Order: sequence, then structure tokens, then C-alpha cells
Amino acid sequence: MSHLVYLKDVVTLKLDEKKCVGCGMCLLVCPHAVLSLTNGTAEIVNRDACMECGACSRNCPAEALSVQSGVGCAAAVINVMLGRTNSPCCGTIDSATNLSNGSRDAKRTGCC
Amino acid sequence: MVKAQVSLPDLKQPFVSGSFETPVGLVPQVSSFLKVSDHLGTFKARWGVGRMHYTINPGLYALGTPNEKSPVLVTANFKMSFDRLREALPGRNMWILVLDTKGINVWCASGKGTFGTMELVNRIESSGLAQIVSHRELILPQLAGPGVAAHEVKKLSGFKVIYGPIQATDLPKFLDAGMKATLEMRFKTFTTLERMVLIPIELVSALKWGLIIISIFFILSYLGKLGEGSVNALNHGLFSGLSILIAIISGAILTPLMLPWLPGRAFSIKGLIMGLMAIAILFVFRFNVLITWANRVEIVAWLLLIPALSAFLAMNFTGASTYTSLSGVKKEMRWAVPIQIGAGVIGFILWLGSQFIG
Repeated sequence: MSHLVYLKDVVTLKLDEKKCVGCGMCLLVCPHAVLSLTNGTAEIVNRDACMECGACSRNCPAEALSVQSGVGCAAAVINVMLGRTNSPCCGTIDSATNLSNGSRDAKRTGCC
Repeated sequence: MVKAQVSLPDLKQPFVSGSFETPVGLVPQVSSFLKVSDHLGTFKARWGVGRMHYTINPGLYALGTPNEKSPVLVTANFKMSFDRLREALPGRNMWILVLDTKGINVWCASGKGTFGTMELVNRIESSGLAQIVSHRELILPQLAGPGVAAHEVKKLSGFKVIYGPIQATDLPKFLDAGMKATLEMRFKTFTTLERMVLIPIELVSALKWGLIIISIFFILSYLGKLGEGSVNALNHGLFSGLSILIAIISGAILTPLMLPWLPGRAFSIKGLIMGLMAIAILFVFRFNVLITWANRVEIVAWLLLIPALSAFLAMNFTGASTYTSLSGVKKEMRWAVPIQIGAGVIGFILWLGSQFIG
């Protein structure tokens, strides 16, 4: 599957193989086939294809995956720089993630 | 179970075809057949008309005539998301649990956390789902992954999250294969058609500012050349307005359309190259007027302005694209934005000079 790839060597995705329990959830949720499972352990096989959506780390029951997730949206970055955080569209980029209860700042919604 | 906790969606919403009896009360019944008004709604939302308020009531809906064993699909309360889902399931009897994502689609809402674990857990509770179905499984769109932690949903609600395919249109195959998605179903593409449907909203938002800028360029240009007669001034004004319009077309239409074939990885580079190609076409029609210094300066001004605007608009398309990371966008913006601003300011000063001096 050859597809569009964004910038090289920028992605913050990290995998701690020692923590991985090999459940394969990360493979199911990743929309860009970044990970694969070999001998019961996940492996990052296509790092540059990662878009930092955070689906893998959120659904990892062993907390083996981590990524500075956010939405890769220039308009959102500009809005945040200009302090327009309550914009209905593209108002937030760095999701204030709280993995333990799975909630994020729900007041700031976005469109994209 | 206290029945007062259950809140059911309004039965009087225009797309609801009937009401359906459940142990917790009447829930709205919908069909997979979309009416003209539903299609019109999609069209309007694509063009940004009422897009932020294109919502439906959250809660449980019956697609066809489901029973206690029927699968439960989960989606967002953006009406377009709901319509794409039911439209993909003709002849199926299923439950659709709609989360309150403030009218935002599944993927954006999950990225921002509104399509999230807590909303799902609370919605399972408030819909009375546990009293309606005998099983404990939910089918979520794969793109809900950034917001929903499947293992936490299981822990908090007892319901097992099954991630379905990315595209609703793959659901029948997924269901018939015993809830197994192929690798293709799990891969987010960005095909020409997928990019094309995003162009209207890009164009509308670009033109909101663009029309003001086009008018300013037209007026300044007209006033600057009024000394050469009103016909000449009008021509010149129109040319200036047209040039800005071409930059917008280049950045907001042609770049998204040509994305895979334009060189470079950064969207700004793709937009810049498209802008340069657009200029080439524009100046084929103006080669006969390179006589004066003012004309030459004006050409240089457009050589800066059009690519800068085109690159900026292309860069904004990262938000609509399906594969750009935040780290990447920030990296691109660190060098691209200063260049865009620099080229824009210098270009504008040169252009003003070419209109009023010489």
C-alpha cells in the first residue's frame, strides 16, 4: 500500500517493547499501518507514516505506546498562537490528555 | 435500574421515520434510505452552510426493526456521520448509539476527546442500552480510536468495544465476515474523491477573506491607474483581483486536487509550486506589457504574492488531510510561515509601488 507520507523523522511515537503484551489492539486502531506484530510483540515498522493521532497509545492496555498526540492542522496551530482557543473550528491542538480517565478538554471542540 | 435516568432522542426530528418500542420506552426509528432533504443537508454542510449546527439528538436509534440480539453501532451526532452510517446498511436491523460530539464528525471529535471514553460510558448508561440488548458488545468506527480506550470502556460499562472498519460502506462486509476487517478496511486513504469533497469547505473559508482582499487589490489598482483613463484602470483593477483569485484557486482547489503529484512533502512546498505554475499561465496573457519599469516591478510583486498566498492556503489543508502529524505541521510552519509573511509583505510593497509610482 503506497500512500502519501508527510515529513520525515518528526514523529514522537515511542514503543516500550518490554511492556508490550502482544494484544494487537494498536494494529487494529492505527489508520496508517505503522505497527506490526512479530513473535507476540508490537513493532514500529513505518514510523514516518504515523500522524500522531494517539489511537494506539490510548488503546494500549499495557501503556507500552506513547505519543505526543494532537491534530496536524495548521489553522489550529495558528489559532492557538493567536490565543483563539475558543474558536469553534480547530480550537485545540495539543490535547490535554489524561489517559487514566480518558477525558480531554471537551469544551473546546473542533471541526476540520 | 431507575427509569428516570434514561433519556431518549426526540421522535419528532425530520429524518425519523417512526417510533420503536423498547423496554425503556419509544426510541426513534430510522431507515437506511435517505430523503432528498438529507442529501441537501449533506450538500449544504459540504459548502459550510450551517455546518457547525448540523446535529441530531444524541442517544439510541433503531435502524429498521432490531431486537435484543442485534448489533449496536456507535457514531457521532454530526448528521452527515449518522447519514453515511445508516445509508451503508440497507436491509439491516441494528441499533445506532449516537454520542454527543457537538456536531463534529467521528475522527475530529475523537482527536479532540469529545468522542471519548467518558461520553461513551455515560451514553450507554443514559440510553438504557443494557436493558435493551442482551449482549455486551459495541461496534465503533476505527477512527474513534484516538478518543476511546476500549479496555477502559469494558472496565467502566461492561461493554466490549469492537473496532469496525474506517469506512461505513465496509460495514456489511465486516459484519458478514464475523466482525473481521481486512487490512484495506483499516487503512485511511486520501483518494482524489476524498480530497475533492473537502474542496468546497476550503474554498468557502478562503473566500471569506479572499473576497475582501480581492476587492482591496481591485480598488487600489483602479485608483492607481486612473490617470491612464478609466478603461485602463478598470482593466488593471480586474487583473489585480483576478491574480489574487488565481492564488486562491491554486492553494485551495488545485493543490488539494493535485496533492499526490506535486513535488515535496511539506504542503507549503506543494502550494508554492502550484502557485508558480499558476503564474506561468497568468502571464502568458500579459507578456506584451513588460515594457515599463512599473510593469516589471508588478510582475516581481505577483511572483512573490501568488506563491505566498497559495503556499499559505495549501499549508492550511493539512487540517483536512488524513496523514499529517502535529509534530510535522509545527516543523513545517516554523520555516514556512516566516517566508510566507516575508514574501507577502515585500510583494505587497512592490505591488503598491508599481500601481502608484511610475
